[in-house]
Amino acid sequence: MDFKLNEEYEDLVRTVREFAQERIAPVIGEYVERHEFPYDIVREMGKLGLFGLPFPEEYGGMGGDYLAYCLVLEELARVDSSVAITVEAAVSLGAMPIHRYGTPEQKQIWLPRLCRGEALAAFGLTEPGGGSDASALRTRAVLDGDEWVINGSKAFITNAGTDITALVIVAAVTGELPDGRPEISTIIVPSGTPGLTVGRAYSKVGWCASDTRELAFDDCRVPRENLLGERGRGYAQFLRILDEGRIAIAALAVGLAQGCLDESLRYAQQRWAFGRPIGEYQAIQFKIADMEVRAHTARLAYYDAAARLLAGEPFKRQAAIAKLYASEAAVTTAREATQIHGGYGFMNEYPVARFWRDSKILEIGEGTSEVQRMLIARDLGL
Amino acid sequence: MKIVVLVKQVPDSGEERSLRSDDFTVDRDAATKRMNELDEHAIEAALQLVEEHGGEVTVLTMAPADALESTVRKALQMGPDRAVHIVDEAIHGSCAVTSSAVLAAALRTLEWDLVLCGAESTDGRVQAMPHMLSERLDVAAVTGARKITVSGGEITVERQVDDGYELVQAALPAIVSVWDTINTPRYPSFKLIMAAKKKPVTTLSLADLGISPDQVGLSASTSQVLHAAPRPPREAGVKVIDDGSGGVALVDFLAAEKFV
Repeated sequence: MDFKLNEEYEDLVRTVREFAQERIAPVIGEYVERHEFPYDIVREMGKLGLFGLPFPEEYGGMGGDYLAYCLVLEELARVDSSVAITVEAAVSLGAMPIHRYGTPEQKQIWLPRLCRGEALAAFGLTEPGGGSDASALRTRAVLDGDEWVINGSKAFITNAGTDITALVIVAAVTGELPDGRPEISTIIVPSGTPGLTVGRAYSKVGWCASDTRELAFDDCRVPRENLLGERGRGYAQFLRILDEGRIAIAALAVGLAQGCLDESLRYAQQRWAFGRPIGEYQAIQFKIADMEVRAHTARLAYYDAAARLLAGEPFKRQAAIAKLYASEAAVTTAREATQIHGGYGFMNEYPVARFWRDSKILEIGEGTSEVQRMLIARDLGL
Repeated sequence: MKIVVLVKQVPDSGEERSLRSDDFTVDRDAATKRMNELDEHAIEAALQLVEEHGGEVTVLTMAPADALESTVRKALQMGPDRAVHIVDEAIHGSCAVTSSAVLAAALRTLEWDLVLCGAESTDGRVQAMPHMLSERLDVAAVTGARKITVSGGEITVERQVDDGYELVQAALPAIVSVWDTINTPRYPSFKLIMAAKKKPVTTLSLADLGISPDQVGLSASTSQVLHAAPRPPREAGVKVIDDGSGGVALVDFLAAEKFV
């Protein structure tokens, strides 16, 4: 048993760490302040191949694997979560379904541009009336001749309204199964399709430089061949996509926790109170030691889930554990980092203030903490 | 066109660096080893020229064996095609002049139209390697480039100087050193990181280059550090309490120290 990363992973991590420190850290605060999508950073990350990491080279990918991709997310989130979630949503939720379930033609059309980061794909699952409860899906797609006609709406969809958003993958009810449950399928809707309305960007507490939209479908027609994978397999598809995505969110949460630790460690050595650096006081030392414990433990949890995924073993429970533990660790760590920074931690010019605001959503997105506990309990046989 | 880029392993300039106490050479074991920062700009310049004109890029280094990972692989991850690594215990302690003899011998075994290197290394900062190689190989040397263009067997270099730049032309083959103003080095993608593992690295010894050990190293060097001592700690300064005559006291101090 060995938790050491191999040389290629280490080199990748070092490269992305340098990139994040040199190209993202100095400018991202301003993007966040302006609630502006960082197109320049996305372009540079595209050149670096970050959007194509886990995809095969024949479709313009980097030929890496899911762990490499998660390591990158951790390094990005260590500096900024808006940037990290933009990559996560584009890869795990946007491009991955096309890679896993698309026809060779669909892959050929979409993947190369998605891998280069020149285009982004969004995943339309959540609706205004339901998130984790997928059976509450109300968006419908009806086959009319050779076209799907889609009606309904989607909520909180990441990367859905950028200038480079190329498509949305929509989960919709396409019929009824013999047992009365809804038949769910996923359909590719290219940006600009008549009947697809992209709402205004939400005003969010965190992830303020990422793009999140509401989508409305009003007799939106797309060709029949835009069906992604088999008809009626939509539910199974997104369960798999969400299981994998949880490992990625866990990595992102570890990055945020590590970023809080980095900042707190530095601050504790610089800031003096009562004649000494605050890092010499046990109250602060214990907080920082606990930060390290949480970040390290959460990291091991996502490494384990990713290793199982790569080995082709079941990983559902481990992914849920990693996501649950890492996101709660991130929230606690961000709160403590803000506390260590005192009044400065409440000022947006300090990264920990941003980390604090960015952390809360980690306990909600891609399955709430409650849903993770539900999955773990179910997997234990309850 | 064929380009050779000279790269050097140096102790990280961001850390505390020191000299060995026995022979006063750079203490390589005391610091993190990395590729000289300016060499990344030389590699980037080479890659851009090859992207424009076609050709190939070879990285050449003279360094201890552990430079294979810290420097050669790192260089190859940016995109060059192959590397040549001169490794020989006898090279330890060589001055710039003897180093240039070894590098020149290696360059004679390679085909190239252009040799690029960083304008200086962060450890030695001699800045003279292009000139020495130019003498030994009888080709033009242009130093301190901030821009290089190649056209019809000729290079045009914008040579950075204090108050602007000089435009210098030379026939190829030539040797050019670059400053960091020339470009922004690329970050290696995962594909390049993986590819770098498979790129050929040729290891050469002094014997392979026809150089005998007594021609290099500390004993053959034209310059040697005879003694070095750590900088003494700063002494406490003079504190002037301003009771109205502070300005005069300050000027008196500056005058006494011959600053004014």
